[in-house]
Amino acid sequence: MALLELDRLTRHFELSPSFIGRHILRKPNSHIKAVEQLSVSLNEGEILGIAGESGCGKSTTCTMLSGLLAPSGGDIRFKGQSILDLNAQEMKEYRRSVQMIFQDPYESLNPRFRILDIVAEGPRALALWDEEEIIQRSLSMLSSVGLPPQKYAERFPHELSGGERQRVGIASALVMEPEVIIADEPLSMLDVSIRAGILDLMRNMQENRGFASIYVSHDLSILGNVADRLLVMYLGQAMEIGPAQEVIRNPKHPYTKALISAVAMPDPTKRRDPPNIRGELSQPIDPPPGCRFAPRCPYADESCNDVFVEMNMDDVTSHQVACHRLKDIFND
Amino acid sequence: MSDTFIVIGAKAIKRGFVEHYEIINSNVLSRFGFWVIVFFTLVAIFAPLIAPYDPWEMTYDSDGNFAALRPPSWEFPLGTTHLGYDLFSQLILATRTTLLIGIVSGFISIFIGANVGLIAGYYGGKIDEVLMRITDVLYGMPFLPFIIVLIALFGRELEFIILAIVLIIWRTSARVIRAQAMSIKQRQFIQMAKARGASDLRIIYRHILPNVLPLLLLYASFNIAWSIITEASASFLGFGDGETISWGGMLYELWLSGKTRVAWWWFASPSICIILLVTSLVFVSRAYEEVANPRLRRR
Amino acid sequence: MENAEILLSLRNLGVVYDTAQGPVHAVSNIDLDLRKNEVFGIAGESGCGKSTLIKSLLRLLADNGRTTADKCIYKGRDLLQMDHETFRKEVLWQEMSLVPQSAMASFNPVYRVGDQIVESMQAHKSISRAEAIDRAESLFDVVGLEPGLLRSYPHEFSGGMRQRAMIAMALSLDPGLIIMDEPTTGLDVLVQERILRRIREIRSELESSIILITHDIAVIAEMSDRIAIMYGGEFMEQAPTLDLFEKSYHPYTLGLKNAFPSIESLGTELISIPGSPPTLIGELQACPFSARCPFNGELCATENPALIEVSPDHLVRCAYHEKAPEFEKRAKEKSTWLC
Repeated sequence: MALLELDRLTRHFELSPSFIGRHILRKPNSHIKAVEQLSVSLNEGEILGIAGESGCGKSTTCTMLSGLLAPSGGDIRFKGQSILDLNAQEMKEYRRSVQMIFQDPYESLNPRFRILDIVAEGPRALALWDEEEIIQRSLSMLSSVGLPPQKYAERFPHELSGGERQRVGIASALVMEPEVIIADEPLSMLDVSIRAGILDLMRNMQENRGFASIYVSHDLSILGNVADRLLVMYLGQAMEIGPAQEVIRNPKHPYTKALISAVAMPDPTKRRDPPNIRGELSQPIDPPPGCRFAPRCPYADESCNDVFVEMNMDDVTSHQVACHRLKDIFND
Repeated sequence: MSDTFIVIGAKAIKRGFVEHYEIINSNVLSRFGFWVIVFFTLVAIFAPLIAPYDPWEMTYDSDGNFAALRPPSWEFPLGTTHLGYDLFSQLILATRTTLLIGIVSGFISIFIGANVGLIAGYYGGKIDEVLMRITDVLYGMPFLPFIIVLIALFGRELEFIILAIVLIIWRTSARVIRAQAMSIKQRQFIQMAKARGASDLRIIYRHILPNVLPLLLLYASFNIAWSIITEASASFLGFGDGETISWGGMLYELWLSGKTRVAWWWFASPSICIILLVTSLVFVSRAYEEVANPRLRRR
Repeated sequence: MENAEILLSLRNLGVVYDTAQGPVHAVSNIDLDLRKNEVFGIAGESGCGKSTLIKSLLRLLADNGRTTADKCIYKGRDLLQMDHETFRKEVLWQEMSLVPQSAMASFNPVYRVGDQIVESMQAHKSISRAEAIDRAESLFDVVGLEPGLLRSYPHEFSGGMRQRAMIAMALSLDPGLIIMDEPTTGLDVLVQERILRRIREIRSELESSIILITHDIAVIAEMSDRIAIMYGGEFMEQAPTLDLFEKSYHPYTLGLKNAFPSIESLGTELISIPGSPPTLIGELQACPFSARCPFNGELCATENPALIEVSPDHLVRCAYHEKAPEFEKRAKEKSTWLC
């Protein structure tokens, strides 16, 4: 059963032009169409990776899923129920079940809170248990993430290293026993030699506690290593989805192909061909209808500006591509 | 488990003291200022015990003469007024009034200012607009005429003086705290708190407030300093509390007596005290300002 | 390669910061012979001293930092003895330039990009504005930016474009040495690939040498001729790129290699190095990596080993380098790294 469903999720931001633009030139507002009709589901116990470059909408999607930002269109359903119209009590239940781990370990912890308070904050805010039990669970959670409470509970964030802070962030999310964890680039600001440790921690936690997770990253190598399924986004649209290792070994969408061929490899004997892609990454401001990758796609034709294929995202095993010209491309 | 809690709590309080101690000790001026404040506070607390005479007691010197307008001497360390009142006693008792009004006004005004700032800064929108409009109106209000009107309407009671001072002074701290609340609101740990389920009020008071605290303490001392000056000014113009004496009130009496040119000792002591105390408060405030200004974030 | 012309020669370079907690030996014992037209990569994580090394070479150290060296010679000129004015006028930017990390912060947002490049050129060399603009235009061409963009403001550039503008600025006075500090960190994969490719392409046209500093092993593998692995302020291992990847001697190098998943070998276990970098206060009498090294032995805590040549041009700083083949095998197992 799908735990979390995104149904044509859409988010637009309005940009008003400058004062002169607005009042004298009478320019209309432009729209940043950050996420466009995204439909995908997350099943119990699975890790869904979302890959893409800046501006692809992955972070905006995370923010919407954690309830911090309302969608402009579409729906988000948790266990079949939409989260868009929840009352305060139901929202609290949702918050407990769907938690988020943030990217920046230096900014995501309140500098005036002690570590123990940071971990205990969620349960306290939602009044999940009584105070004694909250402290008990928080202390043991600190232990589970590799931060012995005797040493860490009373410290302040600035006394901890980046890796340790990220562990605190993980502890504070997991202490509430959520069913879904949304991780937004949790490793990108950490030193490389400790990333594996944090990744291991997250994996162990997931195996032991059985939550599902959505893992957002721009680092395809990590995603290939960690995720069950992989979704590739570009400028707010879903381009390709499928089993993670399959998508990386056999990418079908021209964008995914370019992305994978561009990843640097720690092997000096391998020389890569330049990726097959034109132009520069832009922003999804007032994009034309149709496939947003068309301006950069080496195989695009006119039809690509009008048509955008919606993938059937419910079938977890299938490898799907949002491109109506695939057959033609392979025949070229 | 409760033991751990108590130990953690105690350590936190001790930490709090250590933090403040370090801030105040960080430079010579603030250390000096701190001890001056402590000194005046002690004087204010023990005033009735220290003052040798009643402030409105006509005194006589050791020869039995009426001690009017005497310069400082062993008998009357700060001299006397033209009516024979001992200035030393007056000063000591006035310290009490001045400090009382200053601290009470200071704290009430920062309380109002901080809450208004936090709520306006966090909620934004209509709430912010309304609260800021009110603040703007008060910014426009000139303080002296305002106090004059208030006192003319309600009389020279201590409560009204405090009220008048508070109403003028809270506005600056409100603006400043609002600005900081707005910037803290954007930071990621607030997003995280929201994601963890904290309600708006919890976020304001549990998450944002501790981060605004340095700025708040800074403005608390500023507010106390401004309250003291405001009170002194009002009293000097004759709008002080009728029943007790304050430093400004002493200057007012001096002016009324017409002996300003003659009795230098009369205006010296209250003026010096006002300057000393206010400057000390500012020195201590500056020490807190260093903490309040976000510098390089420690990593 | 041995006979190539040496551009920059460093012997026993060290940097000490005077801090309230005591002297911090941010950089020590650096020996380097940079050849002409080579790309020398320095790989290291945060706290390894690479930023300090750069600042020391470019004389941008904070007031409490002191550089010491037995030798610091650039193109035959002794940099240690040189006074500041001469350095500023003749060496800085003309002979040695920098592409700093995070190009966003390096451009002043209120001036046009072209003006900033021209100004930096004129600050270090007396050329006319017209000449400078000409040069800037051809530089933009070289890095793949339209010359018209010179008239734009930094905020109108994307991250990748800004970085390329920074590279153009670093090239402007035809320096013999360009130092690139994390040139592609924070940029998207496609942009990174494009920039790195460009640097490789122009490298053959330029005669400059490049010191490339990054924590990204993959980038270093792709770009460098020789690599030095830096930890705790010192070079732990130094070798030509192919040699280093074929056979590594130092446990830290082995650990770093483990930490980088290749997109080609998915599903291999990721292994991390426990612990954190040393604080470097006071002179170190031991190997800086010993606290985290799974192969920690007796000698490691008592003396800081010297760099030893284990094969042509391949240097290692490890008392137990003879056991390297065994270390290499054991390093691949996760259990080795768990404390």
